[in-house]
Amino acid sequence: MRLFGLSQRTLAPWLFLAPGVFIFLIYVIIPIFQSISISFYAWDGLGEKTYIGLQNYVELADDDAFYTSLKNNVIWLVLYLLAIPAGLFIALFLNQNVWGIRLYKSLFFFPFVISQVVVGLVFSWFYDPSNGLMNLLLNGLGFDSIPVLADERYVTYGIIVAGLWPQTAYCMILYLTGLNAVNPEQIEAGRLDNAKGWKMLWYVVLPQLKPATFISVVVTVIGALRSFDLVSIMTKGGPWGSSRVLGYYMYEKAFSEYGFRMGYGAAIAVVLFLIMIVYISYFLYKMYRDEKGY
Amino acid sequence: MKMNIKQLFAALALVAFGGTVSASELIINTDTSDPAPKKAFEDLIEGFKAENPDIEVTWNLFDHEGYKTSIRNFLTADAPDVANWYAGNRMLPYVNAGLFEPINDLWESEGLTESLKSAQSSMTIDGQIWGVPYTYYQWGVYYRKDIFEDLGIAVPTNWDEFQQAGATLIENGVTPITIGTKYLWTAAGVFDYINLRTNGYDFHMSLALGEIPWTDDRVRATMNNWKDIVEAGFFLENHAAYTWQEALAPMVNGEAAMYVMGNFSVAPLREAGLTDDQLGFFQFPTITPGVPVAEEAPTDTVHIPANAKNKENARKFLAYIARADVQTQINATLGQLPINSGSEVADDKFLKAGFEMLSGAEGGIAQFFDRDAPAEFAAEAMQGFQEFMVKPDRLDDILERLEKARQRIYQ
Repeated sequence: MRLFGLSQRTLAPWLFLAPGVFIFLIYVIIPIFQSISISFYAWDGLGEKTYIGLQNYVELADDDAFYTSLKNNVIWLVLYLLAIPAGLFIALFLNQNVWGIRLYKSLFFFPFVISQVVVGLVFSWFYDPSNGLMNLLLNGLGFDSIPVLADERYVTYGIIVAGLWPQTAYCMILYLTGLNAVNPEQIEAGRLDNAKGWKMLWYVVLPQLKPATFISVVVTVIGALRSFDLVSIMTKGGPWGSSRVLGYYMYEKAFSEYGFRMGYGAAIAVVLFLIMIVYISYFLYKMYRDEKGY
Repeated sequence: MKMNIKQLFAALALVAFGGTVSASELIINTDTSDPAPKKAFEDLIEGFKAENPDIEVTWNLFDHEGYKTSIRNFLTADAPDVANWYAGNRMLPYVNAGLFEPINDLWESEGLTESLKSAQSSMTIDGQIWGVPYTYYQWGVYYRKDIFEDLGIAVPTNWDEFQQAGATLIENGVTPITIGTKYLWTAAGVFDYINLRTNGYDFHMSLALGEIPWTDDRVRATMNNWKDIVEAGFFLENHAAYTWQEALAPMVNGEAAMYVMGNFSVAPLREAGLTDDQLGFFQFPTITPGVPVAEEAPTDTVHIPANAKNKENARKFLAYIARADVQTQINATLGQLPINSGSEVADDKFLKAGFEMLSGAEGGIAQFFDRDAPAEFAAEAMQGFQEFMVKPDRLDDILERLEKARQRIYQ
């Protein structure tokens, strides 16, 4: 059968792709260009837009709050990667056959299943300076309370720790599935060659887990860059804006209680997008290379 | 039973657009999620229904903090017929965007220009009136009378006495002032009062309108007064970690003795077990002698969105909430003051004290920092206040930052 002079074979993949492509265009590609165009305007989201050229970006370059957010984003990016080794070790630890192991696995996976909002609330209570568990413990040991979420020095780290909890669980599950696919014969061969402990892990097991590691890095980096929920729930960017990340700052400027600057928010979004694109292009390039089999 | 496609669509349309067929619907969105305001609106809506049995009222209750962001969406996309909001600059963005309906006609026909006269100016933008005010409340210092009496502290009337009182409290292991600045606006209340008392109403309003540089010496005078009590340890430790509700607890436990707050804090304090013998109220003390006394009394309002579908019913509801007897009743529940001059102030010592204080406020009545100043600047300033209260030595940095923001925002 031929349609518009195309064979069924050429047409079919495009037909199957069409719904996905359509949705991707509507919800991802077009909004990217809309954001870029809004970033050249002063707009309160309600009234008329005024074209102001690059002024939003000029202002951004001179905005301390923007640099604080950027710095926090970098801290997030680096520390969030700790979820990968942590997830790997929990996975190795759980990768055994004892009675009730399924229950333990589910318990470890539990934080990933509950909402980020709940995680944020749980940790807010944990850090609470007067009644929080952490400070009760500290007081019990004779130390003073640390108001983690009200101290500009600790606040970002405090939120990252909360974020690591579900993220570690996510990496763990990726590694657990990866470990199922590890070839027992290679382990056996390694054993015969007298590999054990770290060497076994590094030279025999880890290379086989490469796909799992790759996916873990991908989801963790994306998770770090789009960190928003926890900041919003735990601190609202405070104290005095010291725990903001780019995603939250964008929201604050554009949509929050006092934010009526869609253009400025869009400019922040564009910067965040540029940071992501560097990483995403590397990721796509690597996928492409692997597919080709170099 | 089998439905054909047509019937199915008709049924769906009925679900989606429910009442548009019958004209008698009224959709109300409010942010009155705290217990007392919630009860007040329940009663209000019941009363309205009883008088207008033909109108079907739908009431959507939003979370107080969440409402502040959702109002923008529902005013443009899916407007209710009535929405509550705040007077002054806080409604300016919606008025400018044409999202509120001017209701001068209602004010004329219901005689509101007489009965609600006191709030008319704060409801007017560009010569039009944009809503109906239904309540206002005083700010001031709520304090633990029993603790003051135990320690032999008299109610302070000037800044020296105030500092003295605080010093005595600290000596006895009581935090003088509780506060939770997690949501920032609580710090603005303290700033407003110290500035009103240091420099007076006219200066305060000019500052909120961006006419005075933040590096001005008079602003510094205010901040230095504030700095004195911050550095003396007047405020609750780690206040940046708490909301205003969480900061009530130290006051209830007797770990803190004062709270610079609005009258809406009385209801939760009473609920937590403080009796009227334990809880007292005094006017924020004088700082610069001779400055005419001004007070802070924010007004809450209801509006008709421009995109509302049942404006006739909405007007009926606004006329109802403007009535003297209705305002008497709703404010008795809210624990706040009615706007209507024919209403009665409830028999409550805090309301009586507040009413008397506000009637004598010869300097003027301010709304609140985030209602007098434009939203964007208010956000910057309140963040600065919070930082200042924790790191008072950064004062110069903060003021310079605010000055930079002022030049950008008010141009």
